[in-house]
Amino acid sequence: MSKPWRFIPLILLGLVVAGLVWRLSTPADTSVGSKLAGQSVPAFALDPAIAGKPGLASSGLVTGAPHLVNNFASWCVPCRTEAGVLRELKARGVTIEGIAIRDRPGDVARFLARYGDPYDRIGSDPQSAVQIALGSSGVPESFIVDGRGIIRYQHIGPIEAGEVGRILERMEEAK
Amino acid sequence: MIRSGLLAVLLALATPALADSSLPPAHWADRQLPDAGAEKQAQALMDEIRCLVCQGQSIADSDAELAGDMRDLVRRRIAKGEKPSAIRTWLIARYGSWISYRPTSGPASLPLWLVPLGLLLAGGLLVVRRIKLRGNR
Repeated sequence: MSKPWRFIPLILLGLVVAGLVWRLSTPADTSVGSKLAGQSVPAFALDPAIAGKPGLASSGLVTGAPHLVNNFASWCVPCRTEAGVLRELKARGVTIEGIAIRDRPGDVARFLARYGDPYDRIGSDPQSAVQIALGSSGVPESFIVDGRGIIRYQHIGPIEAGEVGRILERMEEAK
Repeated sequence: MIRSGLLAVLLALATPALADSSLPPAHWADRQLPDAGAEKQAQALMDEIRCLVCQGQSIADSDAELAGDMRDLVRRRIAKGEKPSAIRTWLIARYGSWISYRPTSGPASLPLWLVPLGLLLAGGLLVVRRIKLRGNR
């Protein structure tokens, strides 16, 4: 075997090791984004999730002004920390609508009493039907829907305190 | 002794942080359709739809609640007479071809078909070279 060829296995091994080290140090992003961005919100009409607050329908989002549609659940732990951030967004003038995923009215009411209620309307999605129709893969997740009912932005996972500025920018863009 | 006993009691009393809802599984999540043909169609599709939560599993295999809700969705739609291919297309429109285990024939999967052919060709060339080298010896 000629000399340079001798090192090929070693180089291949080096490449494999480098690949493993790289993937272990920066894990792949496994979140699956919705392909509906830029398209109309799929038609839905959800019953109220709690007494005394209206449910949510897709037609109710076409108001000429953008909405933040937040998928949440009382059993979702990151939603608790996100609740404080949503309150701040509401204080800064963002209209927030809720979709309660696989939840019971009593549990939702207790969750809102404890962590705050930033929602104008909350629809109940007991079998994740609207969640799936939106191309959403978990809670919490938020969609910015513009005044014509077009999905402009999807935020996967809780909105962190440091991301308020970005969400406000996106809301502004959706106007 | 006392410490380990205390630990056991504390562990027994601890409530795990729940990542699942308190609602029961959807009606058709773990129930077969009465029509055997429809159930077979549903099963074949569910085997090829990827779970969003346990990403290495199909929704037929996964215990995640979202997978259960997706099985319910698939069975309901098939019971209504919808074609499995239409349901698959509907899901792909939402989650991308990621959601389907069946390889597409689109340009993205070209390497999948071409690489084995290339490897076969390279292997063949190697063998031919070897045989020629031996013949010369």
